[in-house]
Amino acid sequence: MIRARDLTKHFRVHKRPPGFASAVKSLFHRKYETVKAVDGVSFTIESGERVGFLGPNGAGKTTTLKVLSGLLHPTSGEVEVEGHVPFKRETELLEAITLVMGQKSQLIWDLPPSETYAMNRAVFDVPKDEYDKTLAELTELLDLAPLLDKPTRQLSLGERMKCELAAALLHRPTTLFLDEPTIGLDVAMQVAIRDFVRSYNQKHEATVLLTSHYMDDVVALCPRIIVIDAGKLIHDGDLRQLIKTMDPDKRVSFTLTGVTVSDDDLAKLGTLVTREGQRFSLKVSEDRIPSVVGHLLGTLKAADLAIEDPPLEEILRVMFGQSRTKATSA
Amino acid sequence: MSATRTLRALPTLLRVGVAETVAYRAEFLVWILTTTLPLVMLGLWSSVAAEGAFKGYTSAAFTAYYLSNLIVRNLTGSWVAWQISEEIRLGSMSMRLLRPLHPYIAFAASHLAAVPFRSVVVLPVAIVLLVSSGASALTTEPLQLAVILPSLVLAWVITFNVMFMIGSFAFFVTKTMALLNLYFGLFSLLSGYLLPIDLLPSAIGWFAEWLPFRYMLSAPIELMTKSLDSGEVGMILLWQTGWAIATLVLALLVWKRGVRKFEAVGG
Repeated sequence: MIRARDLTKHFRVHKRPPGFASAVKSLFHRKYETVKAVDGVSFTIESGERVGFLGPNGAGKTTTLKVLSGLLHPTSGEVEVEGHVPFKRETELLEAITLVMGQKSQLIWDLPPSETYAMNRAVFDVPKDEYDKTLAELTELLDLAPLLDKPTRQLSLGERMKCELAAALLHRPTTLFLDEPTIGLDVAMQVAIRDFVRSYNQKHEATVLLTSHYMDDVVALCPRIIVIDAGKLIHDGDLRQLIKTMDPDKRVSFTLTGVTVSDDDLAKLGTLVTREGQRFSLKVSEDRIPSVVGHLLGTLKAADLAIEDPPLEEILRVMFGQSRTKATSA
Repeated sequence: MSATRTLRALPTLLRVGVAETVAYRAEFLVWILTTTLPLVMLGLWSSVAAEGAFKGYTSAAFTAYYLSNLIVRNLTGSWVAWQISEEIRLGSMSMRLLRPLHPYIAFAASHLAAVPFRSVVVLPVAIVLLVSSGASALTTEPLQLAVILPSLVLAWVITFNVMFMIGSFAFFVTKTMALLNLYFGLFSLLSGYLLPIDLLPSAIGWFAEWLPFRYMLSAPIELMTKSLDSGEVGMILLWQTGWAIATLVLALLVWKRGVRKFEAVGG
């Protein structure tokens, strides 16, 4: 279980305008500013949950993950992970958690990943037979066999990320903090990592807290999302419910061939969102879906018709806009 | 992490440390070459002593001193301050902190793993030179010969602790290069690296007796090259043990205080 109550983390940052004069001036007189990276955030995550942790750049997501994994001392507030206070970094906690950062590597750069794995086995004191079994399982799931003995520096980004995940999971942690685990990966690799995280969560009943700028990761993996902006929590709840509340209308996409329709005709069906050649996307309220779809398929002979929830990106954009307006007016 | 677990992990840590040392072989060789300053000093002082002993040091005594110096420096030198400082500055220390092993142990193991390789490169050269021209100035006292190894171990520990402490200051000041330069200046003068401590002006020599630098380098050299009574040998080992404990406590204290300030930048 993960619990944060009134968590704050402030940083003192040296500020200086650009230019030579400012550089000289800063030698004698420095201006500091306190940045509230996390500002009174509270939430509880039960064991086995998969939760998406969302927010724009600089919202405080990574800082929160670093506090939860014990790398940073909170400025104030209480944090508990699997019954431990993270910043004390007790052995039992470190054995129970893992943190994967898409932009930081734990693999030894000039040695093959197998050497990092051997070191992690020794440091986490994983029994040999259990290690062999876990490594075999991870090797199969992530298709690592051709990568294990190549120096890390010669691996591609995607290959390295798969090896990072294996290194992070060899001790079979029960809480996974995943910070942008699919960053820079191609679509196929993103899907592979997503599938792997889901199967690890189900098999080991592990708790997963995931940040990602790829909303597909979040939609595919996380039934619940926590959203923060400017260090403050602005939403915590079911993903589908959020989408329904923020924008209950569906998106109906379709392709028309051999039929010409005017914008006025389309406006009778719903609000036109995008039009690319003969491919259209309409915003349609849920109660009108049967009649609109019937008309599209029957009268207009539409092809490749799909009914989807509005994209999460759109929902979040609206949310962040509302949160900023609220903050400004406050 | 318990002591027994650490001991169980040690063979693997050493093996990986060896693999890392071998991977960085070119850089490693260059680094070793940078520790050959004693050979330069040997040339200088040999010419001073060419026409007769200088303050009791004959040409053979200088040869024995500086070649012992080269050996001790190579076996006990440490670069952990640079590593810690860089890992803190770039944020990669985060990954180390997520492992249930104190970074002191992890860094110590990787440094210990490098010792045999440094010996392989430097020791044969030093031993050949020592035997050919400075053997007469080396000790043959059984007591001194017996305590050279423990003295070297203690010198390694003090040096590692001091460098670990300097590196840990990066938690407070981010870059520790200036601190390292200051340290190296004091070390060069007060450890016997540039010249034997008994050739220093008496006031500076007095300071050198009390500060840790002598026990990081000069102590094992003195045991190798001087004729000491058992009381003097005992005092050297006592001072070394005291400084090993004191610097360990200080290093871990600075680390503990510093890690609270860690900002885990990036990523």
